[in-house]
Amino acid sequence: MSDTNERLSKIVGDNDVVLFMKGTPLFPQCGFSSRAVAILDHCGVAYESVDVLQDMDIRQGIKAFSDWPTIPQLYVKGEFVGGSDIMMEMYQAGELQQLLDDAQVAKAS
Amino acid sequence: MSGPVAREIEILLQEAFLPTRLDVINDSARHHGHSGDDGSGESHFTVVIESAAFVGKSRVDRQRMVNRALGDIPGNRVHALAIRAFAPNEAD
Repeated sequence: MSDTNERLSKIVGDNDVVLFMKGTPLFPQCGFSSRAVAILDHCGVAYESVDVLQDMDIRQGIKAFSDWPTIPQLYVKGEFVGGSDIMMEMYQAGELQQLLDDAQVAKAS
Repeated sequence: MSGPVAREIEILLQEAFLPTRLDVINDSARHHGHSGDDGSGESHFTVVIESAAFVGKSRVDRQRMVNRALGDIPGNRVHALAIRAFAPNEAD
């Protein structure tokens, strides 16, 4: 499990924006992951996605790592932001765009 | 008519937060046949809760508080639990 935590620390440390999700941005395997992808696409940022369905250690480990029981999960600059409900609330309030602007993350190419 | 999981969620949240408003909404029918629909009819819920316990807490903190109060229900026994947690007098 500590190996998994190290892997997760590296993933969220090496990438400005990381979405842990079920499936891929092109083929999300769950409506909530699909919604999270749509929100990030609307925000126009580049992000790394991790398909938790491909790795059981990551799938279970991320829940303890984040102290959050569900997928998807968004990290920005190593900080846990929330799941799809929080992403949607923040997006609608303009707070997510603000957070991404403040973090000066790369735009989607 | 609420099912056993919905009633368990209600009881746990009543005890943990003494909410001034609590709605446990079963969304499972809207997700029928989606991934995560286990056929139980109790796979997807939305919780709307208002409690003084949430005053001064961030969105993440509030969801963690609710998830913790619900033990192994979120993400395990229930595929999806949307949480809308308010402090008293916050706009819905």
